[in-house]
This record gives sequence, structure tokens and C-alpha cells, in this order.
Amino acid sequence: MHSYRLTHLKELESESMHILREVAAQFERPMLLFSGGKDSIVCFHLARKAFFPAKVPFPLLHVDTGHNFEETMTFRDELVKEHGAQLFVGSVQESIDSGRVQEETGYYASRNKLQTVTLLDSLEKHKVDCAIGGGRRDEEKARAKERVFSHRDEFGQWDPKNQRPELWNIYNGKKRPGEHFRAFPISNWTEMDVWQYIMLENIPIPSIYFSHEREVFKRDGVIYANSPVMRLKPEEKPYQMRVRFRTIGDMSCTGAVDSPASTLEEIIDEVASSRVTERGSRMDDKRSEAAMEDRKKEGYF
Amino acid sequence: MKDNSTHGYLDMDLLRFTTAGSVDDGKSTLIGRLLYDTKQIFEDQMEAVEAASAKRGNGDVDLSLLTDGLRAEREQGITIDVAYRYFATPKRKFIIADTPGHIQYTRNMVTGASTANLAIILVDARKGILEQTCRHSFIASLLGIPHVVFCINKMDLVDYDEATFTRIQKELEDFSSKLEVRDIRYIPISALKGDNVVDRSERMPWYQGPTLMYLLENIHIAGDLNHIDRRFPVQYVVRPMTQEHHDFRGFAGRVAGGVFRKGDQVNVLPSGFQSTIKSINLGEREVDEAFAPQSVVMTLADEIDISRGDVIVGANNLPESSQDVDVMLCWFNERPLQVNGKYAVKHNSRDARCVIKEVKYRMDISSLHKADGDQTIRMNDIGRVQLRTTVPLHFDKYQRNRFTGSLILVDESTNETVAAGMIV
Repeated sequence: MHSYRLTHLKELESESMHILREVAAQFERPMLLFSGGKDSIVCFHLARKAFFPAKVPFPLLHVDTGHNFEETMTFRDELVKEHGAQLFVGSVQESIDSGRVQEETGYYASRNKLQTVTLLDSLEKHKVDCAIGGGRRDEEKARAKERVFSHRDEFGQWDPKNQRPELWNIYNGKKRPGEHFRAFPISNWTEMDVWQYIMLENIPIPSIYFSHEREVFKRDGVIYANSPVMRLKPEEKPYQMRVRFRTIGDMSCTGAVDSPASTLEEIIDEVASSRVTERGSRMDDKRSEAAMEDRKKEGYF
Repeated sequence: MKDNSTHGYLDMDLLRFTTAGSVDDGKSTLIGRLLYDTKQIFEDQMEAVEAASAKRGNGDVDLSLLTDGLRAEREQGITIDVAYRYFATPKRKFIIADTPGHIQYTRNMVTGASTANLAIILVDARKGILEQTCRHSFIASLLGIPHVVFCINKMDLVDYDEATFTRIQKELEDFSSKLEVRDIRYIPISALKGDNVVDRSERMPWYQGPTLMYLLENIHIAGDLNHIDRRFPVQYVVRPMTQEHHDFRGFAGRVAGGVFRKGDQVNVLPSGFQSTIKSINLGEREVDEAFAPQSVVMTLADEIDISRGDVIVGANNLPESSQDVDVMLCWFNERPLQVNGKYAVKHNSRDARCVIKEVKYRMDISSLHKADGDQTIRMNDIGRVQLRTTVPLHFDKYQRNRFTGSLILVDESTNETVAAGMIV
């Protein structure tokens, strides 16, 4: 008699596959928000497992700020090609050009906040009734309270005080016309779980997660990639450095870490001994103590 | 070390626990303490907490701020919803469902308890058992949490007095004899000072038992799931319709009970057709067996019409099938339960409707007796209720299987989840 025991990674995997199938069964037109970052890559991998040997039964949606790392875009396009996935792109540049949003100006200009409008417009355009995201509850205090099936009103808003109770593994995706849901299949994963799972399952990820040489500059203690989208202050001088990225977001708000880690094992050891959180290098969260909560209420991921 | 490293991570398992206590029992402080003493706190988080503590003007660093999530909570200084926290030691990964203690938020405790292996219930050493202690214990029992740990907290404020602890433990034992919990433990702690949370207290040499952390790391949980009654609710039918898999019809689901093996005789409900398992797949990999709580895809030897909501079960061990379902119901909504009212039901992957036939009784949760008088089930009430469903449900009693024995009710006009039901 052997013991029927699952390791934590296998239990998390099983939970996530169950959630993805619930999404596919309960909604007419779900889409997987795909940024090319590790969390959305893991979600896609889990979706492939959940529906094998059929293809993933929903398309990918990339909200493109136009400020992406080139490596991430190459990776995205290869993944779509390899797995025959359908990809839709919502462009922040288009939202700016059409006057839907106004570009921020100044040294700290970022398109991060503008994404929300593009995201909501894209969901409406494609009649998406459930947007699947790679958000994790360990990332941020406001996320820690969000349900796996998270209801959005007709304005795309999240009402943290009026969330539906979510019990056992029963998910209530009922809604009125015009409303939609966000679903977070890896809610219960931590950054460490994601890395361990990537290693366990041998999942390809964009090269910029690994240590590489790059031109960078430092601002307020954060290392940024030097690129045409960043406006340097006179005293900021770019220099070459070996870095890697711990999260991949918009270039204007994603900081690099000084790291020699060039394998998954080394990354995991680095994450294990790190003294700051993943989002510690994200400018977008530092704007105020409740920055994430405010953005989420407006419809952010 | 913040987490397990590359080595050994394949061997960790997962413990989900919930924490409950009355207002000011020090629950947030306890969680902050667990995170802090197991070195799970990052520098930027600690800086934020130090800054927030300084802004409020309380002298010490307030560990409870680590877990208080939403702005409203920060303003009111209370926790208002279920928040999930994660930490790991080299032995286990932990998920904490942190739920509030106020009476009006019982629904959140029920939510957090529904997936928990273990409940920590905090009792203030100065106050002993309160009405809320009873309520929390009863919910833990009702939700079938296999392990309950009573932490007698704030021992520092009663001079670490053994007699106080012993008296409260005795009261709790008397009260708990009415509960259906398999495993109950009692630990004297001070979350504020760190006694018996992660590190053994030197101020309570009279206590010989394990620390809270030792229990969390070592309590046996593999036996908590049902590995006897084979239950596989079908979530989704996988039909690739490609050249390679032209006739493939796979049934995707998460095993809710028992162990399924290739070649097993199975019954499909509600049709009652029999077949044998032809294959079991976990992603691309074909496996010989699947057990709770694995998510797999099964194929059967015969072509049978099976769709979402059906359940594949062991041929010689059928669940109950009935349209008359007797449940213990926790009510979550401001509008009271309507007798003769109709609601949507979600049970496993099955969607149905039901009518409330009868309220058999409302529980008085502090005495664990049937309440006298008004039997209206209001927000945060718990009662025994008879449902009549539009189609038969295939279920086990909740105490036998937490997945096939649970359901939720949804208000058909607002789509809100209004109740959780445990089938009795």
C-alpha cells in the first residue's frame, strides 16, 4: 500500500488545472492575458496540460504598452507559433493615438496606468466574458484578498468589499450581460513555487530572466534598462552591467537586479535568499501605500 | 533562507490552515509572528510596516500590519475579509486563510474553513471562552476541518500562569466534546512576545507539548482526503477533433474521492451506464492511477454520452442520488433565506435549481442547541434545511467527503453566492 500524497507543486498544479477547466466550461469567450512574463507562461503551460490532447480552448490577449523588451516579444511570437495558439493584441499606442488616453510626461512617465483603458477596451471589443490572469496572492496585499473567480461590474471595476464568498472548489461565474470576470488560476502560488515549477516541468522562458550584459542606468536605487522609451535626467549616465529581470513588465517600470544567475537552479537559490519582494523593483507599486488597490478597483489586472 | 532551496522541494507537501479569533485576540500579530520568526518577511515589507507603525505613533513595530491588506482595514485597524498568506519552511508550504473575528463576518470564516486542513482558534488567556470561541469551534467542526489547535494567547498578560491555561483547556474540552473534530490540541502562547509560536518558551517550563510551528510542520494530513469512495465529477469534455485524435473523447475532472485505475469498472451517473477505464492522462503523460485531488483526463472503453455535471463512480460503491437533499446551511446574504424560495445550486460541476422546502431548525451556535422561537435564517445564521432540486444530485454526506458533500446556493436575480451547504 503506497501513500496517496501529492507534493505541494503537484497539488497546486491540480488546483490550477481545475480552475482553468471551470473557466472554459462556465464562460462563452474567455481569454488568457499573456504578457510574456513567467506567470502567464506558467498559466499557458497549465492550460495545455488541462486540455491535452486538445488545444487550449481560448485565445491569448496581450495588452501591449509598446514599451516591451524585444526578447519578450520574440518569445511570445515563437510560443504562439509553436502551439498554434490564437493571439490578440490590444495596443496602448493605439489608445493614445485615438485619444482614449493621454500619455504621461516627465521622467517618471509610464504607460502602466494607461494599460487599464486598453485592457477594458480590448475585452469589450472581443466580447471577452472572462479574462484569465497570472496574478498571485503573494504579490501584493490587495491581491491577497481577491477571489479566484473575481467579479467585475459593467465598468470593469472590482469591489473588494462586496466579493462573493468562494468555498471548497466551487466557483460561481454567474453574471449579468455587460459584466465580466477575472480568473486567477495561480492565485495560491508563490514566486518560489512558480520558479520551482518552471524547473520541474522544464518550461521555456524569455532569455532576459537569466543574467546577461546590458546597458543600464540607476534611478532612485533601481536599475533600469536604458532604452529609447526612458528619458534620462542629465546626471543619469548609462553603463554596461550584468543583470537579469525578476519580473517582466513595461520597460518604464521594471527594474533589473544585479545578478550572475544564469540557470534555473541559480535563480531559485537567488530567490530563496533574496531580501526584497519581487514587486520591490516595480515602480508602479511604489506610488502610494494603496497603489495596487486603487488600480485594481479601476479595472487593472 | 526564505523558502526551501532547489534541494528537497520535490518532497514538500502543502498544509492549508485557517485562523480565527475574536476582535483583539491577536490573530494578525500571531500571523505576523509566524512569518517573522520563520524569516519570511522581506526587507521592503518590513520597511513599509516600520514606516506605517511610526506614522500611527505606536512605539513598537506592529507585526499585525504585515497582514492587514485593504485600505479600509488600515484605516479602521481591523481585518474585514479573507486574506490568504503564504510561507514555507524546509518541510512544508503553508497557505493561511486569515479570517476576521467579528460576528457579522462569519461567512468569511466559513469560506476560509472550507479548504482548510487545520484551524487555529485563538483564545485570550484573560477572557477565556467567549461566544465567538464557540462559534468558531462549531464552524470548524461543521466544515469538517480535521485538526483544530486552540492557542491560549496573551499568556504574557497572565504571568504565564499554568493554572489559567489548565482552567481554559478544561473548559474547552468540555465544550468540544459536542463537536465532531478528530484531533484537538491546546497550546499556551504569546504571539506578541513569541512564546511557543516558533520558538519554545522559556517562561512556561510547565508546558511540555509541541510549539505551534512544530505542530504545523508535523501534523499528519495525508489521511485527510477520502481515498475510499471513487468519485470523479466530469468538468469538461475534451474533444480535440484533430487528425491524430479523431475520435478522442476524454473526460476532464478532479478526482473528488477514491483511487481510479486503468481497467476499473465504473458507473456513470445519472445515466447508470457501465464501462471500464481505458486510459488516464495527466497532461501528456499517461498514468496508471489517479487519486484525490488530482486533475486528470479519463477515457472509457465504451462510447457513452457523458457531459459536464455527470459523475463517474466506482461500480460497487455508488453515492446517494436524490432530489431531496438535507443540508446544514450557512447563510451569507442580507436578504434572509426564503422558505419556498427558488435558488440556483452548484454541486461539484453540476448546475441545478432548487426550492427550499423547509427549515428544520436554526442553530443557536453559542449553545450548539436548536434555537427557540423564530426560525428565519438570516445573514450569518446556520440551520438545517431541506432542499428539493430540479434534477437528482449524486452526493455523499459531507462528513464522509468534503467535495461531494458540499454545495452552494446562488440568488438567481443578483447572482450572489448566498449560502454554503453541507449535506447531512
